[in-house]
Amino acid sequence: MIRDITLGQYYQVESTIHRLDPRVKLGGTLLFIISLFLFHNWLGYLIAAIGLCSVIALSRVPFKFMVRGMKSILFLLLITVAFNLFLTPGTALVTIWKITITIEGVKTALTMAARLTMLIIGSSIMTLTTTPNNLTDGLERMMRPLKVVKVPVHEVAMMMSIALRFIPILLEETDKIMKAQLARGADFESGNIFRRAKAMVPILVPLFISAFRRANDLAMAMEARCYRGGDGRTKMKPLIYSRADYMAWGCIVLYLVISIVLGRIAF
Amino acid sequence: MVQKVGIIKTDDLVFEYIRRDEEGNVEGITTAVDHVSLDIAPGQFIAILGHNGSGKSTLAKHINAILNPTEGTVWVDGMDTTDESNIWEIRQRAGMVFQNPDNQIIGQVVEEDVGFGPENMGIPTREIWERVEESLRAVGMYEFRKASPNKLSGGQKQRVSIAGVLAMHPKCIVLDEPTAMLDPNGRKEVIRAVRGLNDVEGVTVILITHYMEEIIHADKVFVMDKGKVAMEGTPREIFSQVERLKELRLDVPQVTLLAYELQKRGMDLPNGILTVEELVEALEKQTKNGRN
Repeated sequence: MIRDITLGQYYQVESTIHRLDPRVKLGGTLLFIISLFLFHNWLGYLIAAIGLCSVIALSRVPFKFMVRGMKSILFLLLITVAFNLFLTPGTALVTIWKITITIEGVKTALTMAARLTMLIIGSSIMTLTTTPNNLTDGLERMMRPLKVVKVPVHEVAMMMSIALRFIPILLEETDKIMKAQLARGADFESGNIFRRAKAMVPILVPLFISAFRRANDLAMAMEARCYRGGDGRTKMKPLIYSRADYMAWGCIVLYLVISIVLGRIAF
Repeated sequence: MVQKVGIIKTDDLVFEYIRRDEEGNVEGITTAVDHVSLDIAPGQFIAILGHNGSGKSTLAKHINAILNPTEGTVWVDGMDTTDESNIWEIRQRAGMVFQNPDNQIIGQVVEEDVGFGPENMGIPTREIWERVEESLRAVGMYEFRKASPNKLSGGQKQRVSIAGVLAMHPKCIVLDEPTAMLDPNGRKEVIRAVRGLNDVEGVTVILITHYMEEIIHADKVFVMDKGKVAMEGTPREIFSQVERLKELRLDVPQVTLLAYELQKRGMDLPNGILTVEELVEALEKQTKNGRN
């Protein structure tokens, strides 16, 4: 059962967005988020919303999955809205007792809410349509220029993908160790938080030992298969831009130009 | 130094594990491999047998240049393993499969894992795909190429590991107790795949194990004890010395043991019977002779 957990929140379905190169999705998401902070008027947000909706439609991921991502930040969103609503100075709209809601406050609160919502939905589209593996690959390629300043890009990417591979294995192992300790009378459920934290020690120690042992074995197995870092390595699945990817870049640029030009006009 | 004989050759190989105390002073020396000389011809199926701590895994790690000899020399395909410049060439020619299937699979998808070795060797993308397909077919795992390794059984995972080594086009594969963590079915699966490689692809196989049933198809068997080669010969020669094997704390297959006991009670049976069929045949002959 524990084997079936999916990492990240990848949603498996065939779509144009799923097939896109991870670099396009990463770059596009980044540019989209930046664009959200450049608008001065509602027209910009309207265009962003239209863009976002068309991407959602193309991705064929059910909308409820994107909303699910919103739940985690709902609290943050409410606080932001409340602060902006009540604490922005300006022309008073309503005054109840000591609390004043200003016209400016309503405006900023609305824009903040729109920004945050679109930011979260925008980035969750990326994680919903890209496998963690693909994402790592894309990151590695995009960060490659950083190699010049001695950032170990390949190594970091390799570490990320090994971590992804071993998370389910270590979860299973945790489960096994927990059961073994329970069978010997360990108690993980009762007591206050400190006692419970202390009860975790007999799980963590064997887990760490086993993780180190696995790391040692894996390193040996990798060396035995001629692994010697990223230099001179070829790719089985290299990232190559297809026509669809170029078209997607075109769309992103078009979106940027239109939304920024129209979004920054002062009415 | 280039030696033209055999694919794997060791000459007076010695390996010592040095135990040190906290200050780094030598506390004791364990000789894991003690003056071993082997000469393995290309295309052979070799089995190395021994109970825990007999030095068989240490020996295996020398063939892949993971360990370097304390004394003596190891040549893989004519290359000395102590020469740093040969190391990657040696690891490509003598692939290695380890005991724990989970700890040697790197990819998150079966086909990506098989492609890991060729990727490291700098093989062009098109050829990697060809090699991956051909290796997965050779071990009968082609239908699972898109699966996640976490969802495979132990025997299947181990076959993927073998395919991963095979994709590097080695001349020789060393399997270090590949079946120790598997159930009987998984064990059969893996041994069948290994025999296939040897018969069909002509890859030299060095199988390290402590299961006696797995070695009956080997061309030659080495039995190790306390770091030394205690016995060597064909499986039949080895199994005909039941008493000696018992001394070395190794289990003889049940059929062989039964034949041996019958022989001891005065039945006229040939030495070193390996399979049930052989025993049945020999016994039928016996009863026929008895009637006449």
